[in-house]
Amino acid sequence: MNYILILGATSDMAYATAREFAQRGWGLLLAARNEKQLAVLKNDLQTRYNVPVHTLVFEAADFGSHADFYSRLPHQPEVTALFFGYLGEQEKAQADWEEAKRIIDANYTGAVSILNLVANDYEQKKKGCIIGVSSVAGERGRKSNYLYGSAKAGLTAYLSGLRNRLTAAGVHVVTVKPGFVATRMTEHLKLPKPLTASPEQVGKAIFKAYIKKTNVLWVLPVWQLIMQNIRMIPEAVFKKMNL
Amino acid sequence: MKKTIANWGQYPCLEADELHFREEEEIAEIIGKSASLIARGRGRCYGDASLGETVVSTTRFNKFISFDRDRGILDCQAGVSLEEVLKLVVPAGWFLPVTPGTKFITVGGAVASDVHGKNHHKEGSFCKWVLDFSLMNSKGEQVLCSREHNAELFETSCGGMGLTGIITRVRFQLKAIETAYIKQTQLKAANLKEVFQLFEQYRDVTYTVAWIDCLQSGDSLGRSILMLGEHAQAEELPRKLQQAPLQLSDKLKLSVPFNFPSFTLNSYSIKAFNFAYYHKLRKQQQSSIASYDSFFYPLDFVHHWNRMYGPKGFVQYQFVLPLHNSYEGLTTILQRISKKGMGSFLAVLKLFGPQEQGLISFPMEGYTLALDFPVCDGLFPFLDELDELVHELGGRIYLSKDARMKSSMFFRGYPGAVDFIRSLESFDPDHKFVSLQRKRLAIPA
Ligand SMILES: Cc1cc2nc3c(=O)[nH]c(=O)nc-3n(C[C@H](O)[C@H](O)[C@H](O)COP(=O)(O)OP(=O)(O)OC[C@H]3O[C@@H](n4cnc5c(N)ncnc54)[C@H](O)[C@@H]3O)c2cc1C
Ligand SMILES: NC(=O)c1ccc[n+]([C@@H]2O[C@H](COP(=O)([O-])OP(=O)(O)OC[C@H]3O[C@@H](n4cnc5c(N)ncnc54)[C@H](OP(=O)(O)O)[C@@H]3O)[C@@H](O)[C@H]2O)c1
Repeated sequence: MNYILILGATSDMAYATAREFAQRGWGLLLAARNEKQLAVLKNDLQTRYNVPVHTLVFEAADFGSHADFYSRLPHQPEVTALFFGYLGEQEKAQADWEEAKRIIDANYTGAVSILNLVANDYEQKKKGCIIGVSSVAGERGRKSNYLYGSAKAGLTAYLSGLRNRLTAAGVHVVTVKPGFVATRMTEHLKLPKPLTASPEQVGKAIFKAYIKKTNVLWVLPVWQLIMQNIRMIPEAVFKKMNL
Repeated sequence: MKKTIANWGQYPCLEADELHFREEEEIAEIIGKSASLIARGRGRCYGDASLGETVVSTTRFNKFISFDRDRGILDCQAGVSLEEVLKLVVPAGWFLPVTPGTKFITVGGAVASDVHGKNHHKEGSFCKWVLDFSLMNSKGEQVLCSREHNAELFETSCGGMGLTGIITRVRFQLKAIETAYIKQTQLKAANLKEVFQLFEQYRDVTYTVAWIDCLQSGDSLGRSILMLGEHAQAEELPRKLQQAPLQLSDKLKLSVPFNFPSFTLNSYSIKAFNFAYYHKLRKQQQSSIASYDSFFYPLDFVHHWNRMYGPKGFVQYQFVLPLHNSYEGLTTILQRISKKGMGSFLAVLKLFGPQEQGLISFPMEGYTLALDFPVCDGLFPFLDELDELVHELGGRIYLSKDARMKSSMFFRGYPGAVDFIRSLESFDPDHKFVSLQRKRLAIPA
């Protein structure tokens, strides 16, 4: 049986992705910090798909625990998908280092810490697939969310480098750029409907990207166009824009 | 952050806060910090029953808890949709005990509206099959409700339109099936008298429903097609389907002669609508095998069909009349509607049996008719006139479809309203759970 390790399994996108894999008979290793919610998800997914589901406690910012966590997995996962992330509050983070650090750790440092271990393992085994959820916010820093954006920019560059390194070993890396998604993270925001995907759409797109070995997944293709245009705006103009 | 929200009829439309929750603690928190709120499932009620200042969406609280495949008992969070339930239980040989004409509703919504299906005359409404549920009350406490525990709260919440609290999980009994298919028979009825005779004659059939052509008058008033359905047994299926009788096959195109969606929908643009299908049914009686999807949910194949009524939206008018008055009553009302020329061209007629639970559950023994009216000038006064007729005949209006009835109509039609309110006062003295409908109907809030 194939297993997928899902990091940040309590995210709406992660749940939708878990369903896509479980529906096709994959076993699930669900890792997250909210144990109670993990138990709810486990019941649900087992009931729906009758596949083995294991739950594991995982804190992205507890770097020291990662090696132990990874070495003790009950099954070797063929696929590792990373969903955890934290939007945080930009203004607060400008003044409060703790908030800034939370953002950086949840979106970048924590990802590097765990994915380094996964990458080394997969490289040695000469197989495996790593899926990382980054964000279009990482394409260009904007005053409204550059802390989150810069951490995601770091993650995007990291995943790109990882792909470059692991291709030789036959290990594939997918970078996911979802655009806006209607999840818990964005519930308090007013998102434009045509630019917003549902978590279910993301789950389906991720499974397809895994099968097709897509490198960079733009869940809604319109976002690729938007970001191309945003990147082309000269800095002299961009810096004066209200974004 | 305010958001524009409307239910299925697209009327009324309001700006409201919409909150979601994924964990029980979050609901308690929302209840604690909101002055007033109302639960909302998939918004398939037509009017304002799940609209309010603060709308608490259950759609992300949609996880299964357990499924006993031997006994057919399902336990799930209230935001699970009937569509998801069917996906899980049908392949295991189980079906919903009662289902409305769409599968895009939540289990919580099925309890709160105590929904009925085409089998009410034989199998009652949804809550009859509910074993227990948990409800988050106005103090943010989780209360287990069943016929044994907190029986009064159970009774008040069945069909209670969300006014007692937020139902968080529901455990209910499913119905055993051998196949995912329905053996359906369609019968022509030349007028209302004939269709009533047919309903009587086939009273023992599990599923019955009639589509009435509202443009007929005189001797043809009430011309209709009656559909009968029974869950098909394995040996009744065509050979090819017998290999996997509980699986719906996408490839095999079954004969679904009654192509409801395109047939009704196109009809709205045609003034001189003739009941094409009625004539297409050459024989007096025609039988076929249909998938459960096409038998129960023909409208679900057309997403957003509700938007065709234009930006002002529409209301669905559904009433029930006591059995002894049903025939005369329907004759009068159909005449009024056809004379006014405002309504949809099709109406749906069903037979209810006695109703067992709920203080303000809709069903009562008799016939129920439902039809759509696009919102336009003069519509509401006309519906008020119809309300008077319905009232005089001893009938009432379905709260889950209602967006406009006057408070007096509610109190006159629902003898249980007084007990319902008394019960609400004891369970929710601070009036936390308030919908637009509650305010409109002047249920003390
Ligand atoms: C095409 C179509 C066909 C239909 N056919 C039928 C039919 O044949 N028979 C029938 O009975 N109905 C029928 N309906 C109506 C529909 O079944 C009911 O309105 C149902 O209650 C909608 O459920 P929902 O999950 O969308 O809830 P909503 O529409 O969002 O809410 C309906 C009511 O339930 C309450 N509610 C919802 N969830 C909860 C909860 N968790 N806890 C407490 N209260 C809650 C709301 O406050 C509101 O009062 C039909 C609707 C459509 C669109
Ligand atoms: N929603 C969008 O519009 C959007 C757009 C682009 C990219 N993304 C990215 O998509 C991913 C999934 O997010 P989502 O939208 O599904 O939102 P979400 O439901 O809020 O998911 C975020 C997840 O990250 C977990 N998490 C946060 N900090 C953590 C930590 N220190 N350790 C372990 N887990 C931690 C959260 O766990 P808890 O439940 O324990 O808090 C939660 O499960 C995120 O990386 C996000 O940045 C989202």
